[in-house]
Amino acid sequence: MSEEIIKDVIVRENEDYIINMGPQHPSTHGVLRFEVCLKGETVKYLIPHIGYIHRGIEKMCEADTYQQIIHLTDRMDYLSAHINNEAVCMVVEEAMQVEVPERVKYIRTILDELNRLASHQLWWCAFGMDLGALTAFFYGLRDREHILDIFEESFGSRLLHSFNTPGGLMHDVHPNFQKRTKEFITYFRKKLPEYDQLLTGNIIFQERVKGVGYMSREKAIAYGVTGPSARGSNLACDIRKIAPYGAYDKVQFNEILMTEGDTFARYQVRMGEMWESMKIIEQLIDNIPEGDFTAKMKPIIKLPAGEYFKRVETARGELAVYVVSDGNKTPYRMKFRSPNFSNLFVMNELAAGGKIADLVAISGSLDLVIPDIDR
Amino acid sequence: MNSISKYFSDLFKGISSLWAGMRVTGKYFVSPGQIVTQQYPENRATLKMEPRFKGEIIMPHDENNQHACTGCGICEINCPNGSIEIITDRVPNADGKLERVIDKHIFHLSMCTFCGLCVKTCPSDALAFGQEFEHAVFDRHKLTKVLNQPGSSLKKEAKK
Repeated sequence: MSEEIIKDVIVRENEDYIINMGPQHPSTHGVLRFEVCLKGETVKYLIPHIGYIHRGIEKMCEADTYQQIIHLTDRMDYLSAHINNEAVCMVVEEAMQVEVPERVKYIRTILDELNRLASHQLWWCAFGMDLGALTAFFYGLRDREHILDIFEESFGSRLLHSFNTPGGLMHDVHPNFQKRTKEFITYFRKKLPEYDQLLTGNIIFQERVKGVGYMSREKAIAYGVTGPSARGSNLACDIRKIAPYGAYDKVQFNEILMTEGDTFARYQVRMGEMWESMKIIEQLIDNIPEGDFTAKMKPIIKLPAGEYFKRVETARGELAVYVVSDGNKTPYRMKFRSPNFSNLFVMNELAAGGKIADLVAISGSLDLVIPDIDR
Repeated sequence: MNSISKYFSDLFKGISSLWAGMRVTGKYFVSPGQIVTQQYPENRATLKMEPRFKGEIIMPHDENNQHACTGCGICEINCPNGSIEIITDRVPNADGKLERVIDKHIFHLSMCTFCGLCVKTCPSDALAFGQEFEHAVFDRHKLTKVLNQPGSSLKKEAKK
């Protein structure tokens, strides 16, 4: 069955008209090169070339202690840095059989959702800008600034905030955290409808995204596409629902699913997820239990020999962390299954047969973060 | 006939959707009080960073030019990037015994990722984060800083 779905062999011919999109193209949002074969304006095939910012994070992890690994995971998917941190922390906590305090679970979940909101806001800005709506870029960044201010007050950094540590948090959140988060939610509930007025309802935008880049449910499964991109094709793959972690089992929220599978469906999933994220934060923010911000951990963490696996839902899909330990203070092998890597390679299927102008819309709708692909 | 009516209905739909977007931007155009842009280089005098802001790593000194760093090297071990280098010296104290003191606590700002492990693990709270964030220089050697001030010494109560 998979042979029919996956076109894994691309036949290059001598008379192909090849044009390179990237490595530094404004709409690839990173250093990524698409080798696009054109026939007139129609895309014949597309080959992504990756590795321009490969830093060898998995190899670097083998030389670092478990506390030091955290700051490397920030730099994979930098827009969901907190969620990446949490994945590694949860693996270590599971291996050490440490029960983290309830307070930590609640705060982590709230921060995850704030991070997801900030990420989706930036995606919305960039998606609008890719399709020529510059106003959207400024409006999205204006609201994202409020989240980054909350982050800056609590952790001291805006984007790469190595705030999680195995066992809990680096330090407690700022006393203003609850107040400011609630203020932000009331503020953003008023501002999110503006996004729809500015971009979603716009006829130029709709003409460019509707019916473009169709991905069937089978294709999403075959390529391992996860996250909002897959949920636009009616694939229920939300780890927060399938295997709840943190405080996700204590909250009520809907998994947004769309059946159309086109670029507009993926857009609507992310817009819907912003509402759901706000719903989750509202349920948790008033009920943060008192207690310690970290469980008791030894200064030198040595995982018992064995294999450990944990997965989380980042803003872009499923991030899985696989650790092999031989009992030392550094891991023997560390493997990250990053969502963007799988999401990228479905591009050929979505773009082939379409126009080159739609390529920008498709790559924008997959919400790729290149450092997460290259690692 | 059908195509003509579709043409006009599309046209009006386009204008109305354009109007919906323009209304949002127009609302901010007529009420400049809602604009949040900061005039950055001009507002330097009033710009305050958060107290927890991780701008750089500093070693707080008190009024007697004394710091709390014993030179144990825990920050050096915990740093994932090797951005801290400690050069220690042994000097005789009042009893005549040789005692470890720091000669230079070198911080390479260019290598630092601000993970905060050095500040968190320091047993005598000798390190802290500074609020300075304008780090652009013309020579990268200026990013290597010596954190202990010249002539500084160890706080006596911090030793115990």
